[in-house]
Amino acid sequence: MTGLLALLGRKTLDSFSRLGRGTLFLLRAMAGLPSLLPRPGLVIQQLYSIGVLSLLIIVVSGIFVGMVLALQGYNTLVNFGAEQSLGVLVALSLLRELGPVVTALLFAGRAGSALTAEIGLMKTTEQLSGMEMMAVDPIKRVVAPRLLAGFLAMPLLAVIFSFLGIMGAYVVSVATLGVDDGAFWSQMQSAVDFREDVMNGVIKSLVFGFVASWIAVFEGYDAEPTSEGVSRATTRTVVHTSLAVLGLDFVLTAVMFG
Amino acid sequence: MASDILVDVKDLCFRRGERVIFDGVDVQIRKGQVTAIMGPSGTGKTTLLRLIGGQLRPDRGTITVLGHDVHRLGRDALFRLRRRMGMLFQSGALFTHLSVFDNVAFPLREHTDLPEPLIHDLVLMKLQAVGLRGARDLMPSELSGGMARRVALARAVALDPTIMMYDEPFAGQDPISMGVLVSLIRRLNDALGLSSVVVSHDVVETAQIADRIYVLSEGRVVESGSPGDLGRSDSAWVRQFMQALPDGPVPFHYPGPSLEEDLLGARR
Repeated sequence: MTGLLALLGRKTLDSFSRLGRGTLFLLRAMAGLPSLLPRPGLVIQQLYSIGVLSLLIIVVSGIFVGMVLALQGYNTLVNFGAEQSLGVLVALSLLRELGPVVTALLFAGRAGSALTAEIGLMKTTEQLSGMEMMAVDPIKRVVAPRLLAGFLAMPLLAVIFSFLGIMGAYVVSVATLGVDDGAFWSQMQSAVDFREDVMNGVIKSLVFGFVASWIAVFEGYDAEPTSEGVSRATTRTVVHTSLAVLGLDFVLTAVMFG
Repeated sequence: MASDILVDVKDLCFRRGERVIFDGVDVQIRKGQVTAIMGPSGTGKTTLLRLIGGQLRPDRGTITVLGHDVHRLGRDALFRLRRRMGMLFQSGALFTHLSVFDNVAFPLREHTDLPEPLIHDLVLMKLQAVGLRGARDLMPSELSGGMARRVALARAVALDPTIMMYDEPFAGQDPISMGVLVSLIRRLNDALGLSSVVVSHDVVETAQIADRIYVLSEGRVVESGSPGDLGRSDSAWVRQFMQALPDGPVPFHYPGPSLEEDLLGARR
C-alpha cells in the first residue's frame, strides 16, 4: 500500500515537473518567435514539410469522411422525409466538429510524430548540442519555426478538410442519393452561420494547432537521446495530442455552443 | 605566464546523481598549445569539454575561459563567448538535412552578414584546408566517418575560433583517416594560431601531437606533463595506460563477486 502511494506520488510529481518544463520551454520558444521576422524562409520551409506534405492524407480523409457522412445522414434523414437537409447536417458536422478534430488527429499522426522524431534525432545525434556550441540557440532556430508553422498550418488544413468533405458529400448526395442540388446548397446557406459555425471551427483548429505543435516539439526536445527514447517520445506525441484534442474539443464546444 | 592560460579549470567537482565524475580537477589550457585530456572510457573526458563549453554546470569549482567565468555568464554573454570556441563532436554532429557546403556555411550565415559570394569563398577555403573542397555538394549520409569528421572540423573553424575542442577525434577511424586527422589537428592549430584541447584515449596518436597531456582517472588528474614526461612516469597506473597494458592498477575484471562464489554458490 505504501509502495503504491509512493508510486502515485512519484508519478504525480513527474507529471507536474514535465508540465513545468513544457511551459518554460513554450515560453522560451515563443520568445524566439520575433527572431523569425527577418527570416521568413525558415517558417515557409516548415510550412511546406508540416502543411503541404500533410495535404495528401487530409485531402483523401476529407473526401471520404464527407462521403460517409452523407451516406449515414441520408439513411436517418430519409426516415423523416428530411433528406433535403443533408447539406446542413454535413456542413455543420464538418465545420463545427469533424473538420478541426479529425484534422488535428491526422496532424498528430502525420506531422506531429515527424516533428518529434526529427527533433529527437537531432538531439540524439548531437546536432542540437552542436548548434548550441556554435552559439546558435536551437529553440530559436529549430523549435520556434516549427511551432509557428504547425500553428498556421492546422487551420488551413482543417478548412481544406471541411471543404473537401462537403464536396464529397455533395457528389454522393446529388449524384447517387438523388438529393436536390439546389436544396443541398440553399439549406446549407441558410442554416450555416459564418461567425457561429465557420469561425468557431477555425478558432478550434487554431487551439488544436497550438497544442499539437507544442506537444510535438516539446516531446522531441525532451526525448531521451537514444533510439528507444525517441520512439517513446513519438508515441507520447500521438497519444497526448489525441487526448488533448479530444478533451479540449469538449471544453471549447461547451463554451462555444453550450 | 598567467596571460598564456586561455582555459583555467580550478577545483572542479561534478557528479551525476550519486556518481562522482570529477573531484577537485585542475587543468590549464595554454595559448598556442595542443593539450590532451586522456583517460580510460567513462572518466568524464567529454563531460569536461561540456563543462568548459558551459553546457553543464559544475557542483563546485570554477572554469575560466578567455578571462570569463563560464558559469557566471548570462545566456547572451555565454553565446558570445562560444563564438570564440569551436568544438568537434565525436559523432561530427553534421546537420543531416544540409549539404557539406551548407553545413560549413551554417555558422557564417548565422553570425555574420557577409554577402553570399564571400561566404562561398570562405567555405571553399575551409573545405580546402581539410581536403574536401571537391565534396561540397555531398550530403552527410554520403560521407565516410573520417570525411564527416573533417567536414565537422571545417565547420568548427569556420568562425576562426580562439580555442578548438576535439571530442575523441580518432575514435572509430581507419589508419589513413586517423593519420589525416592527427596531422590536421596539429597543422590547423599552428597555421590558424589556435589553442586546442583534444579529449582522447588513443595514446599513440594523441602523444604525437600534444604539447601537454593530462591523464584523468577516478575523478582526478593522476599525472600531467609532456608526452615524454608521461612516458617516463613512475606511476604504475600511468604506465599501464600509456603502454596499453591489459591488467594493472586498472583491473581487467569489472568488480563483482569471485568466480568461485558465482560458479559454486546458489544460482541467481
